[in-house]
Amino acid sequence: MAGKMLRASLREISAALKKGHVSSTELCQKCLSLIKTTKFLNAYITVTEDIALKQAQASEERYRQGQPLGDLDGVPVAVKDNFSTAGIETTCASKMLKGYIPPYNATVVQKLLDQGAVLLGKTNLDEFAMGSGSTDGAFGPVRNPWSYSRQYKGKCAPTSCAQPEDASWLITGGSSGGSAAAVSSFTCFAALGSDTGGSTRNPASLCGVVGLKPTYGLISRYGLIPLVNSMDVPGILTRCVDDAAAMLGVLGGHDPKDSTTVQDPFCPFQLPNLIDMKNFCIGVPKEYSAAGLSSEILAVWSRAADLFEKAGAKVMEVSLPHTAYSIVCYHVLCAADVASNMARFDGLEYGHRSSADQSTEALIAATRREGFNDVVRGRILSGNYFLLKQNYDNYFIKAQKVRRLIATDFAKLFRSGVDILLTPTTLNQAMSYHEFIKEDNRTRSAQDDIFTQAANMAGLPAVSVPSALSGKGLPIGLQFIGRAFHELQLLMVARWFEKQVQFPVLDLEGIMDPLDTVSHQEKSAFFS
Amino acid sequence: MAAPMMRRYPTWLRAGKVSFENVTVLRDWKRAVSASVLCWNSKGITTKENRDVSWAAVVGLEIHAQISSNSKLFSCSQVQFAAPPNSLVSFLDASLPGTLPVLNRRCVEAAVSTGLALNCTINKKSLFDRKHYFYADLPAGYQITQHRIPIAVNGCLSYFMQAGKNQNEIVTKTVRIKQIQLEQDSGKSLHDDFRNQTLIDLNRAGIGLMELVMEPDMCCGEEAAAAVRELQLILRALGSSQANMAEGQLRVDANVSVHRPGQLYGVRTEVKNINSARFLAKAIDYEIHRQIEELENGGTILNETRAFDFKLGCTVAMRDKEGKQDYRFMPEPNLPPLILYDAKSLPTHISGQQVVNIDWIRERLPDLPSAKRAKLVERYGIQPQHSFTLENEDGLMDFFESVVNATEMKPQKVIGWVINNFLSYLKLYNITVKESLVTPLLLAELLDLVASRTISSSAAKQVLEEMWKGEKKTPALIVKEKKLNLLQDWNELESICWTVMRDHQKEVAEIKKGNHKVLNTIIGHVQRTTRGRSDPVTVKQILEKLLS
Repeated sequence: MAGKMLRASLREISAALKKGHVSSTELCQKCLSLIKTTKFLNAYITVTEDIALKQAQASEERYRQGQPLGDLDGVPVAVKDNFSTAGIETTCASKMLKGYIPPYNATVVQKLLDQGAVLLGKTNLDEFAMGSGSTDGAFGPVRNPWSYSRQYKGKCAPTSCAQPEDASWLITGGSSGGSAAAVSSFTCFAALGSDTGGSTRNPASLCGVVGLKPTYGLISRYGLIPLVNSMDVPGILTRCVDDAAAMLGVLGGHDPKDSTTVQDPFCPFQLPNLIDMKNFCIGVPKEYSAAGLSSEILAVWSRAADLFEKAGAKVMEVSLPHTAYSIVCYHVLCAADVASNMARFDGLEYGHRSSADQSTEALIAATRREGFNDVVRGRILSGNYFLLKQNYDNYFIKAQKVRRLIATDFAKLFRSGVDILLTPTTLNQAMSYHEFIKEDNRTRSAQDDIFTQAANMAGLPAVSVPSALSGKGLPIGLQFIGRAFHELQLLMVARWFEKQVQFPVLDLEGIMDPLDTVSHQEKSAFFS
Repeated sequence: MAAPMMRRYPTWLRAGKVSFENVTVLRDWKRAVSASVLCWNSKGITTKENRDVSWAAVVGLEIHAQISSNSKLFSCSQVQFAAPPNSLVSFLDASLPGTLPVLNRRCVEAAVSTGLALNCTINKKSLFDRKHYFYADLPAGYQITQHRIPIAVNGCLSYFMQAGKNQNEIVTKTVRIKQIQLEQDSGKSLHDDFRNQTLIDLNRAGIGLMELVMEPDMCCGEEAAAAVRELQLILRALGSSQANMAEGQLRVDANVSVHRPGQLYGVRTEVKNINSARFLAKAIDYEIHRQIEELENGGTILNETRAFDFKLGCTVAMRDKEGKQDYRFMPEPNLPPLILYDAKSLPTHISGQQVVNIDWIRERLPDLPSAKRAKLVERYGIQPQHSFTLENEDGLMDFFESVVNATEMKPQKVIGWVINNFLSYLKLYNITVKESLVTPLLLAELLDLVASRTISSSAAKQVLEEMWKGEKKTPALIVKEKKLNLLQDWNELESICWTVMRDHQKEVAEIKKGNHKVLNTIIGHVQRTTRGRSDPVTVKQILEKLLS
């Protein structure tokens, strides 16, 4: 059945394609059709229907000849709209880049295409990935598919429940909210996000999908339109840990076009089926019991720790004393990079250009005023302030020193024998859009990145795994942080955990019905 | 009609109109150093002999040398002078979002060899930084440079000047090199006054530059020009830059201040827009003059940037940018530190192909100009100042050596022909050695005729004159056609001498009275009569015989 087909994992669909149980074109058409049905989610900025169908046909031809390019051949994927895609509009959800069609592919996009993946479209985000709600883009906010789920609707009072036309829908988190919503709502099998302070893990957590932020330097950033160059990592969003590992296998490795990728050879891996927790040491950082952490998430977190302990893992409370400074430190470093990275948008070479033409200065000023939203302009202004000669030592240098302390905290723990850190991903489950916008972008980012940010400071790999449904029937994610370049170890633990918790499948009652008449059989959930 | 902002732009670079920027247009200038003075008194008169010096000037230079490489510093676009606008622009050069810089190894090697040639300490670890400012021809809004730790530091450059009027006396001076840093060049803005718009050409954007900062160890324009001239020769010998000022491959800014001897240095100004070594000397001397005059009239010197106006021969204050520019430096996050190795630190598992090895480069440094000059003097027995002349004209040294190798004439005589005759023609016709129609072999053939006494020197000059006409005739053919070969027939010469003596009775009488100097006059008349075809030595012998 179509719905079942779309709910398959990446590995399952890959196997089905290979066996000829489904054709690439058929699969692509189904996805495109569901994208149309779920258009109200606003997950995609651009749907590349024609290109996708052409790619699918080519894929089908390859299968017919018995020469698929790789495991991803014919698998529909989506890419966050801050990755450069040749011939496909790349907007960063900003007026500044509306209509900008890049002449080249980001390395990660090229790698997906080289594997035969079918690109369905470009997903929505906060403007230039600056935000934690996917609410601050030029093309409007993204809606969390769980707003329309049977699980959520069944748990809340009929009056407050979201309907497609209704205003009380939930946010996805961000800034890769479009990618998270796309994967969560079964419109694609995997999506690329980006993660600078939690932008992949945060929406993954709120949308009930797996969000992997690999080690800095493992995956090429070439073609990823930067936010903070020293923290940005292409992120992977999938519906299960195995799929994330498969995507990582395709995307990882040195890129001569990105001098910050490591030269060491990268070996793609498959996760073993049997994983023994006995040899693992799981650290639970006490500083992550932060003020504002919802009691429900705290409970899930602590039950997860118990789970590991019961399975024989050594679970110990650990301390990351400088993590508390991570967010303020991030604000300085992020703003500085933003001020610098955004300097290129002057309207001369590409993108939006103002009609003001009294002078070059006036043109540049008006272009930037018109092209950027308040969030971007605010960060540019503060970033330039931090970089001024008289402020540089007090802000930028100090923030860099704090960053080093944060990274050292982690290094010490991992040296002491801790293998993996277990933390919450977010303070809260997804909230309604109306609730969310009561606070400004800056406040929300500070709250929402609190558990995810430090991993970016230290360049460590981290993954958010859907762990339980809340009392309201919404996803709660937990985060695992691993040693640098130890993705295999990290994902092994994540996968073991995933197996234990049996997180329920999103039930898009009424929306996927036309595609799927199979009765809703909720799997038994470990934590419900 | 609105011209597109980027002519011949690739499809992803779009055209449009932008108004107003002041632009610098590079022009072709003949390279030549003007004589300037060493020290200044209050009236700006040279006071080399006058010990009552009331002002001292201090000059430091900041030099941008474009690295001679096939591709740009951080992208694979080609480097080429005078290519069609915007035809050498990569995605990075146009600052397309998401692009990343990748360091060009060749540029690093050029900077290391330059650093070594200038006696610098090469930093085994250097860093890249972003320097921010908005300008239409700086697409990224920042330039990648080396602000914190440059690639080379603490060097020195020896340069040479004539001491006073004695051509044969050459003094050696030294200027300290503070640092050499790698950085990106910007694009070019061309202002179209007529249509009131600015055209941007990004061909130059991203080309590798070495910025050399010289300490203020010079005291006048002539010194600065001599230092720059020597630097040009070194860069060309290394192949690290073509260092052609007219083509903008070498750009020099001068920091100038004046003070009373024994007192603190004065406030300095920065003079920009200098397009030739000659104008460098002029601009600096003008600026020294201006500052002295300003101070003597009770004025003050502002720390400002001034442009040299070559038409007026003076410096003028440049438009004050609103307030002081803060470049908001920050580390370039997309480039790891640049690590260089030497034989000692080279890790065993890394092949020499993957890294830059300082010792490897040091071992392969070519002869530097000063060493080459010393060798010339030693090998050919020519005067030191001639070695400078040979070195200063591009290709002349090779030309000289080729001639020497192909002719019977002694090098000490060849040098005279090369410098006094050949080089003068080049200057007269404003052409380079390469463009010359007189090849080393042709000149050698001519000089052989002189050496073998087939023709006289003055006849040879006539042949050379003929050779410049470019009819591609060999010297021998010209001699034959013009009948310039030496008159060998003793009787014929004797009869010519008789005729000349008959026509110059007065001089003959003088000689007979014992004034033998007048003999030369008679010889000259014989030469003229024979159109240079007589050998003065033979003529002298005949005349002496006839007069005795």
